[in-house]
Amino acid sequence: MPTLHPSTKGKPLRRQLNLQQQRVRAAYVFLLPMLIMLLLVAAWPLFRSISFSFTDATAETLFNGQSQWVGFDNYLERRLRSNGEVRWRGVLVDADWWNAVWNTIRFSVVSVSLEAFFGLLVALVLNMEFKGRGLVRAAILIPWAIPTVVSARMWGWMLNDQFGVINYMMMGVGLIDKPIAWTASSDTAMLAVLIVDVWKTTPFMALLILAGLQMIPRDMYEAAKLDGIHPVKVFFRVTLPMIKPALMVAVIFRALDALRIFDLIYLLTPQSDATVTMSVLSYREIQQFGDYGEGSAMSTLLFVIITLFVLLYIKLGRVNLTGATR
Amino acid sequence: MERTVFGNILFYMGVVLIVTISIYPFYYAIITSFESGTALFKPNFFPESFSLENYKNVLSQRSFLRSFANSVFIAAVTVGFALLLAVTASYALARVTFRGRGLLLMTILGVSMFPQIAVLSGLYELINILGIYNKPWALVLSYTIFTLPFTVWVLTTFMRELPIEIEEAAIVDGATPWIVITKVFLPLLWPAMVTTGLLAFIGAWNEFLFALTFTISETERTVPVAIALLSGASSQEVPWGAIMAASVIVTIPLIILVLIFQRKIVAGLTAGGVKG
Repeated sequence: MPTLHPSTKGKPLRRQLNLQQQRVRAAYVFLLPMLIMLLLVAAWPLFRSISFSFTDATAETLFNGQSQWVGFDNYLERRLRSNGEVRWRGVLVDADWWNAVWNTIRFSVVSVSLEAFFGLLVALVLNMEFKGRGLVRAAILIPWAIPTVVSARMWGWMLNDQFGVINYMMMGVGLIDKPIAWTASSDTAMLAVLIVDVWKTTPFMALLILAGLQMIPRDMYEAAKLDGIHPVKVFFRVTLPMIKPALMVAVIFRALDALRIFDLIYLLTPQSDATVTMSVLSYREIQQFGDYGEGSAMSTLLFVIITLFVLLYIKLGRVNLTGATR
Repeated sequence: MERTVFGNILFYMGVVLIVTISIYPFYYAIITSFESGTALFKPNFFPESFSLENYKNVLSQRSFLRSFANSVFIAAVTVGFALLLAVTASYALARVTFRGRGLLLMTILGVSMFPQIAVLSGLYELINILGIYNKPWALVLSYTIFTLPFTVWVLTTFMRELPIEIEEAAIVDGATPWIVITKVFLPLLWPAMVTTGLLAFIGAWNEFLFALTFTISETERTVPVAIALLSGASSQEVPWGAIMAASVIVTIPLIILVLIFQRKIVAGLTAGGVKG
């Protein structure tokens, strides 16, 4: 960390202290506009969303102040019926919610693993010296640059059951004998989402891993070669441990992105129960049904899950995300 | 590194495969966008017919051009605003030691990664209270949630790398922190700001959830929402040709930008480690 080391020669200590104090004071002033802005657009809305999850707010009562405080009822509510029967309701006993939770987890685990695997492969290729490497690197940036809405529509068209080129190709080589309704059928909807997501985000993973690969000193490989160590062993003993920090950071960023996924699923498989995620379900509750209470309860739970995940990951992986004390 | 002929062939096949998978979907979108009528519904690998009908169709819709203008305006203003706030903030975070700096950095990173849906209802209320619902400012305000932490984070990483000597020299000459930022750091920071700005621009340009939620009328939509809501006379009749033409129109500028600034983008992505 670069810190200030003004030359102390011939200067009274007092003046030095003042200089440091002056810098700290200036730092606070410089940070203020950003902090105010973040409080306004992030902290306050987050606080309000969490508050809504404890009320029965709907699209009508959101602004007229008629929504009531209901405590944890949106999460879990015990209802005693007149016949003495006890009924539980709320997000935590909602089968749709748990379906969305498992979909999100399944999607995140599979997509991030596949992206790490393919990202590593692509990074290893790009780390070699060969003709046209620059072109390949440019080409893999294209999926990353394409807006998600566009990739969802583009792939939706390619995976179309009647006119899609994917079915056409697969039937052409005899892999399938009749067209598959990729995005509509509940068996293949998740697969379709995974294909598009892996296609779109592997480049990001590859570039981060490549940066890690390029930091490995060449002489480590040369030493291994002189000792006659098999390349596969070199990969597992030298390459993999050396890129672990870069890989960990890439994986955590991607995982956080995967856990909150919304647009791809909302656009590619709009009505499918097989792919609906926590974000999509919460959005439906809020926007389509106007149930701000329950929808906010869902988004709050997602927020809690993601926060726990980050804390756990940092504790287990000892990842230093800030890079402040290197 | 010596390789056998067989290994070489295998390696280049892998390279060709990577390139093909990367660019084929967009290539196919371009082919489709130039087809109309029945040709559209016939899968093919090479262009077989050529028609500009889809482009005429999309560009003759006033609302699409309007959406394009909205997207440009919103993304540009959001990025300009974020950079303005981020330059001073990242100076403080990168160059001054003060209590709670590590925690603050963690918080900023946390904000850039938390789920957008978690603030959706609160932000909806705020936007209505401020009276900017269904106006471009609603999106400028909400996009600040991810562009501001992102720009602060990446600029902080860049600013840390700058040598301490230049700053010391200025301080010895009696420069105030403000002078140090504007006269010493800003000229050195331009390349980093271009990179960061570009990544933030792509992020704002591509955003979908807030744009879908905080606009209602056709004239206020951004391009991603306009494409998502392009529909035919009935739900059975998806206007694929028009959708592909619109997709090509909004993607081409991005791809050109990305190819021009390729090296800078890679540097920015890896320095920040955060998705734009």
